[in-house]
Amino acid sequence: MDSETTMSKPEAVCPGKQDDPKVKLVQLQEHLAGDDAPEYWRSLEELAGSAEFRESMHREFPKGASEWLDDVSRRGFMKLMGASVALAGLTACTKQPTEYIVPYVRQPEELIPGRPLYFASAMTLGGYANPVLVEAHEYRPTHIEGNPDHPASLGGVNIFAQASLLDMYDPDRAQYITYLGQQRSWSAFTTEIRGLMNAQKALKGAGLRILTQTISSPTLAAQIKALLEQMPEAKWHAWEPGNRDNVYAGAQMAFGQPVETQYHFDKADVILSLDGDFLSADFPGFTRYARDFAKRRNPDGEAKMNRLYVMESGATPTGMKADHRLPVLASQVEGYARALAAALGVGVSGGSFGENGKNGENGENAKWASALVADLKAAHGAAVVVTGDHQPAAVHALVHAINGALGAVGSTITYTDPVPASPLNQTGSIYELSRDIKDGKVDALFILGGNPVFDAPSNMDFAGMFKGDRVPLRVYLGSHSNETAVLCQWHVNESHFLEAWSDARAYDGTVSVVQPLIEPLYESRSPHEMLAVLMGQAGFTGPEIVKFHWLKEKTGKVAAPGDAVPADFEATWRKSLHDGMMAGSAPAPKVLAVKTAIAASAEQVAVGADTVEVNLRRDPCVYDGRFSNNGWLQELPSPMTKLTWDNAVVMGPALAKQLGIETNDVVSIEADGRYATGAVWVQAGHSDKSVTLNFGYGRERAGRTGTGAGFNVFPLRTHDAQWTIRGAKLVKKGDTFKLATTQGQQSIETPVGTRPLAREGTLAEYKQNPKFAGEMAEAPSRDNTLYANVEYKDRSWGMAIDLGACIGCNGCVVACQSENNIAVVGKDQVLRGRYMHWIRVDTYYQGDRNNPKAMYQPVPCMQCENAPCEQVCPVGATAHSTEGLNDMVYNRCVGTRYCSNNCPYKVRRFNFLRFQDLDTPQFKLMRNPNVTVRTRGVMEKCTYCVQRINQARMESEKADTPIVDGTLKTACQQGCPADAIVFGDINDKNSRVAKLKANERNYGMLADLNTRPRTTYLAAVRNPNPELESNEQAERS
Amino acid sequence: MAQIFPSSANNYAKATILAIPVLAIGLFAGYYVFMTSPYITNQKIARSQPVPFSHKHHVGGLGIDCRYCHTSVEVSSTAGIPPTKTCMNCHSQIWTNAALLEPVRYSYRSGTSLQWEKVNDLPDFVYFNHSIHVNKGVGCNTCHGKVEGMALMLQQNSLQMEWCLECHRAPEKNLRPREEVFNSAYEQPTEAKPVTVDGKEYTDQIALGTALVHKYKLRSVRDITSCSTCHR
Repeated sequence: MDSETTMSKPEAVCPGKQDDPKVKLVQLQEHLAGDDAPEYWRSLEELAGSAEFRESMHREFPKGASEWLDDVSRRGFMKLMGASVALAGLTACTKQPTEYIVPYVRQPEELIPGRPLYFASAMTLGGYANPVLVEAHEYRPTHIEGNPDHPASLGGVNIFAQASLLDMYDPDRAQYITYLGQQRSWSAFTTEIRGLMNAQKALKGAGLRILTQTISSPTLAAQIKALLEQMPEAKWHAWEPGNRDNVYAGAQMAFGQPVETQYHFDKADVILSLDGDFLSADFPGFTRYARDFAKRRNPDGEAKMNRLYVMESGATPTGMKADHRLPVLASQVEGYARALAAALGVGVSGGSFGENGKNGENGENAKWASALVADLKAAHGAAVVVTGDHQPAAVHALVHAINGALGAVGSTITYTDPVPASPLNQTGSIYELSRDIKDGKVDALFILGGNPVFDAPSNMDFAGMFKGDRVPLRVYLGSHSNETAVLCQWHVNESHFLEAWSDARAYDGTVSVVQPLIEPLYESRSPHEMLAVLMGQAGFTGPEIVKFHWLKEKTGKVAAPGDAVPADFEATWRKSLHDGMMAGSAPAPKVLAVKTAIAASAEQVAVGADTVEVNLRRDPCVYDGRFSNNGWLQELPSPMTKLTWDNAVVMGPALAKQLGIETNDVVSIEADGRYATGAVWVQAGHSDKSVTLNFGYGRERAGRTGTGAGFNVFPLRTHDAQWTIRGAKLVKKGDTFKLATTQGQQSIETPVGTRPLAREGTLAEYKQNPKFAGEMAEAPSRDNTLYANVEYKDRSWGMAIDLGACIGCNGCVVACQSENNIAVVGKDQVLRGRYMHWIRVDTYYQGDRNNPKAMYQPVPCMQCENAPCEQVCPVGATAHSTEGLNDMVYNRCVGTRYCSNNCPYKVRRFNFLRFQDLDTPQFKLMRNPNVTVRTRGVMEKCTYCVQRINQARMESEKADTPIVDGTLKTACQQGCPADAIVFGDINDKNSRVAKLKANERNYGMLADLNTRPRTTYLAAVRNPNPELESNEQAERS
Repeated sequence: MAQIFPSSANNYAKATILAIPVLAIGLFAGYYVFMTSPYITNQKIARSQPVPFSHKHHVGGLGIDCRYCHTSVEVSSTAGIPPTKTCMNCHSQIWTNAALLEPVRYSYRSGTSLQWEKVNDLPDFVYFNHSIHVNKGVGCNTCHGKVEGMALMLQQNSLQMEWCLECHRAPEKNLRPREEVFNSAYEQPTEAKPVTVDGKEYTDQIALGTALVHKYKLRSVRDITSCSTCHR
């Protein structure tokens, strides 16, 4: 304990005197030379042993969190204090305000007031349906979970689908139709459109263009095709910045036709990712892939543990989970893929495993590759190679060839027709549109969703084209008055997916019907309704459009508005609504012959000595900017950088050192005469000589939450360099910008050589000594305490979290935020360490900072049996329940914060201010009615979702049946796509959680303090290739 | 120099020393009485409602079961306030022109809800569940009082935490057989009027209550007085 050291350095706690916490690289180098470098570290500051980090670790909250540093005058302060003292005595008991009961006039049939209903639906992202189950209280959607019956979800769900709930209630949504900024009625709009369409009909639609995002909705596709049949000269364009052009172009090269690839990671023994971040929430099929991958990551599982090799340009969760990771430049991947293909017997030539020096033919990379090739060959039929959307078409084609050679097709891979129905070459599509606009061929442009003015390739200058009269009529259907909306004459407010009927295909092609949960909050329209207007079919209602499409599809019958459908169709329709998918709608697997003559991508500018390669990627939190105004996602710490509210210029420590740049330094990036500016984040493990920029930030018209957050990097992005820009120049601007990261906040002290908080071993170590995790620190005996031992005879709740399965996707964090009414605090408050998430995901790095391994550790409340917080609460606001829960009683809390001061896990969160928005009416509808909304001055923390426990217990008591293990799930457990979190009754020896706790990998975090945590962890086990492992060990020693 | 205070001031001083604790206790006692008074708790204060609905007439007079209107009381946290449709089930046939019922008919015609002032209103940080109480043998009138005698609905009890805990600490004082939960005429057993459960006659509430605690598998007093039972 060196708190005395901190005490003896008073300047360290004096605000204003200190430098910003930054990575001092010199310090880092010196520190690493010494012996006291930690084995595991959470941030580069910790690795460097910086004084700032040490100080923050000793604090309950980061510096300034508990101080009022706002500009409030002494007089104002005295006034407030006076008032609060005067009112202090009156707040304890107050008269209840008069409240009203507003019953239904005619109560809907299935509704029981006070009991939630669940509806299956689907949230579409990038064209792919994410099957969800939506919880609704009195028809108000309050929580989104995965659909356990759907093969693409199996109950898991990604962060975007969960957080999209907040989008529906976003008070900044466009609430009415506007024409040049003035409010207009829907009928005024339809009248105008009717006139236009009549004029266009005469021209066969020659001046009509429709721009959509990626569309997989069969109904919408059919509508647009029907319109194009009416008007053969009209055109359908599609654009999303996160498009998958390369994927389909690669398939075209390999098979002569575009196909969709589906992976079966549950069947894969050896996985190679060539810069393909399949464990990232934006990867199509992510939820299912995470589940399948995690299932095979279990050393105790039935099937043998899988092995993951990753080559990657950035630092991603996939890379950190890898057994062997090789940081490479994105542009080098093609060469590696080609060499790999050649080594595996595909008839291609060229490519190599290394360029020069250390990475030469016989260098480290070559060794890596030969071990990899041997491993892949040995796993013939059970190996799979994955690559990312951003890799050029040639890499995709090579990967198809490699998978073919590995016998993956039919076992770990299936091919089907593409899921999207919209044009697959979106770059070509939007380029054609921009050319037509420039040529003055476009009379009317209908933009259905998206935000092309913000995110279209910058060399097309959509903003410029939309000014003036180059396109005489521009109509935008969108949920927000964003960058595109203001440049269109008409803006029709778009319905949220929870408000309108639609359909979509999941990654495997299964069709889900998107059914609304609630009437549109603001008389908004769906794309289907817009299309119906264009086709002069305004008589059809939203539900009819979708339902009648499928009626026609299944029975061939054409229905008119108001028609009833045949009873047998109605029955299957209702079943597909109930199940959240249409039975048998998944396309059949295709058998394809792969071509092996794969041309190389065009030569690009080589990285010079003074230039870097720029990776442009979707943001892991705001996607492509569409979630910018979503506070949950803005404040969600990015999986690797833990940044909130901003993107950054992410670079590796080596490049930062070379350029003399540190975290928070502002740099400008110049590529081909285009510029962008951003603050630097130094990320361990990022490949050298390259930087990663996430697009989607820097919105100018996102709304109150998103406007102005982060840096816009779209200006760098042109149609021919969408993902990788070579030869960019980085210039340090001299000023700094404070990035808000949660990394390093809430850190726990771990002296060198003792009790690592997150533990892992290799498969060989585990086999040799299965108890390695428990032996890392000594847990005291139960009797070694001054307090009375309490026996929990009836139920006793506990949780086990498998660190091997956790992929750091943050699904648990968003699930918890939504379930437990957790407030968003804003960037300024995050900087002060006041973020409110009840569960955080800590990242523990290990090894070389240029290529570390990392473990993710979700940390909710440990529900300690000997809870240190309970001993110090002066008002008994936190106490133990008889089922072993550490209850938190908000109405009793007076806010002394003693409890959080005494919590060794730093899981308690304090409402320093009134973070909840109690005034916005939309948010009142959104909150979970079963959880108290906390206000200022109250401590809060994870409760193991006690509202769910109570509900399950009451149901079991009423029915006089026990709670069946697995039916009661906490929100974080339900939201976890990897199934890493298991909750249940540990007194029931047959429960899953009890079995996991009996597992030899099980250990308690800081159990040596005798807190007896109910949340325990299963140590992660990696499965390195013994051949490479010995090399790596030799290097280390 | 002359004395500033007369000698009687000594007595005042002594009296003050005595008066301070008396005053302090008085203040606390007064505060307690005030805070538990109907002014704060709204106990037994009639509210103005859009329609002066009489439980006395409907329950006491006509004998309508509680669950005819409060349909979700056995399955949900809330007992449920009937939709206008429930009123109109009868009142489309009887008293169809009564001026008093115009708000009901207007609601039904126009589709706008009636707005009732909440009578039994717990603070928002308390999560009370009707269904579990009803299923464990807590009668409606144990908490709501003699509803069948109330012309206008009144809050029978203080609904303060102390009152809740009285029962949670000793549930046997109030339990009754499940079949009697909705019986507004039910009375606790006495020598003169015993209550029979499973063929056994009980003449004493504590004996009956204790038997029911076992029969209905009530969780222990420690369990049901855990904070998270009601607060979360």
